Amino acid sequence: MNTFSVPTTDNTLTTEVPDFPMARAAGCPFDPPPALRELRDRTPISRVRLWDGSEPWLITRHEDQRALLSDPRISADTKQPGYPHQSPGIKARREDAVSFISMDDPEHARQRRMVTAEFSIKRVEALRPAIQRIVDGLIDDLLAGPKPADLVQAFALPVPSLVICELLGVPYRDHGFFQSHSKVLINRATTAAESRAANAELTEYLDRLLGEKLAHPADDLLSALAERVTSGELTRRQAANTGLILLIAGHETTANMIALGTLALLEHPDQLARVRESEDPKLIASTVEELLRYLNIVHSGRRRAVLEDVEIGGVTIRAGDGIVLANDIGNRDPDVFADPDSLDIARNPRRHIAFGFGVHQCLGQPLARVELQVVYSTLYRRLPTLRLATEIDRLPFKHDGIVYGVYELPVTW
Amino acid sequence: MKVIIDQEKCVSAGQCVLSAPDVFDQRDEDGTVVLLAENPADELADDVREAATICPARAIALEG
Repeated sequence: MNTFSVPTTDNTLTTEVPDFPMARAAGCPFDPPPALRELRDRTPISRVRLWDGSEPWLITRHEDQRALLSDPRISADTKQPGYPHQSPGIKARREDAVSFISMDDPEHARQRRMVTAEFSIKRVEALRPAIQRIVDGLIDDLLAGPKPADLVQAFALPVPSLVICELLGVPYRDHGFFQSHSKVLINRATTAAESRAANAELTEYLDRLLGEKLAHPADDLLSALAERVTSGELTRRQAANTGLILLIAGHETTANMIALGTLALLEHPDQLARVRESEDPKLIASTVEELLRYLNIVHSGRRRAVLEDVEIGGVTIRAGDGIVLANDIGNRDPDVFADPDSLDIARNPRRHIAFGFGVHQCLGQPLARVELQVVYSTLYRRLPTLRLATEIDRLPFKHDGIVYGVYELPVTW
Repeated sequence: MKVIIDQEKCVSAGQCVLSAPDVFDQRDEDGTVVLLAENPADELADDVREAATICPARAIALEG
């Protein structure tokens, strides 16, 4: 726990800079850290101290986060002075592998637009039957297997991994390899050397696949990227970096929403019952949005560097400063969401910033939505007696993850 | 209500299509926004306002 203010001899208060990220309260695995709330209530924009001693500004209010994330004076380029890195491992990876998520426009837009077609609402809706078959098949296996089972390994991770493999043209049989290396990359405790090694192996793997697609093009996204290499629009390294970010983002995020979302619903049995019994696609869709708002699996803030002085909320943020935009507390902003700390699947929470905001807002969000809608509308109906096979306090939560969730979710039915 | 879109700003997040599918669509080649109804019916006004509010690229403007 951090000390925020200490009395000094002249009896005034000197504010100490709190460490970030902060710890969640014991017994409140779905809520933002209490210290983050206190900071939001007292000084919505204030300095925090990161792992490397740097002191970026923490932005807590929903409106301020939206304003800054859509401001061209704010940069996603990790090489800009003041950029607040997540961890030594993430910093090293961003130095080695620059994808469009760490670029500013116009280059960001040029590279992003090469892959946006596959994630349009129409294209993703066309995948819904295939996603339903994947989900049904995994539930068949679950029902045929032993109880209790770990929902993460048996279901939450395979669903999005199978889907993104199909979309990209990555062989699913390699999932042990890419899942274990992704896990290294997205852990805050990973060192720079470990991160570089995992990144190098994954990049080499994607490069090899691109080579195969160049020789034998198929109807998949990696083949489309390979075509951009042939046409000279992307270097092979850029294509591999894009393929890799889609592969990692495509399975790690949705997997955590499946497992943590299921846990949250199990802890809110009245709402779980409504989801299970609902025939209304709108209620399923709003359940997905509300769980995104409520859970915030991206839980250590979005990171940006400031290119020119910016006035926001009465504070001047200088060029060369870093900013951390805490979407978890932003999605609990009482100025935007009534009773923000309650999970309410019937509300309209579409203004949430769980996917970010601005030009970098999640590219894969239509796919994530459909995957989660299929999962939430199928899993509890087919396993109506689904329940935790352990105490919630004994679950291993991903406090050390760049993406929050549970490492294991033992369930029975 | 008059809807004005900026295809240069659009980042193809698809949010507007989810909010107001009778007013917004995406072009096949890159998912960029396409306007289906420049002057949408009154009963769609709330959905269109939501689309404009949540558009991450602020590519939707409303008049009237």
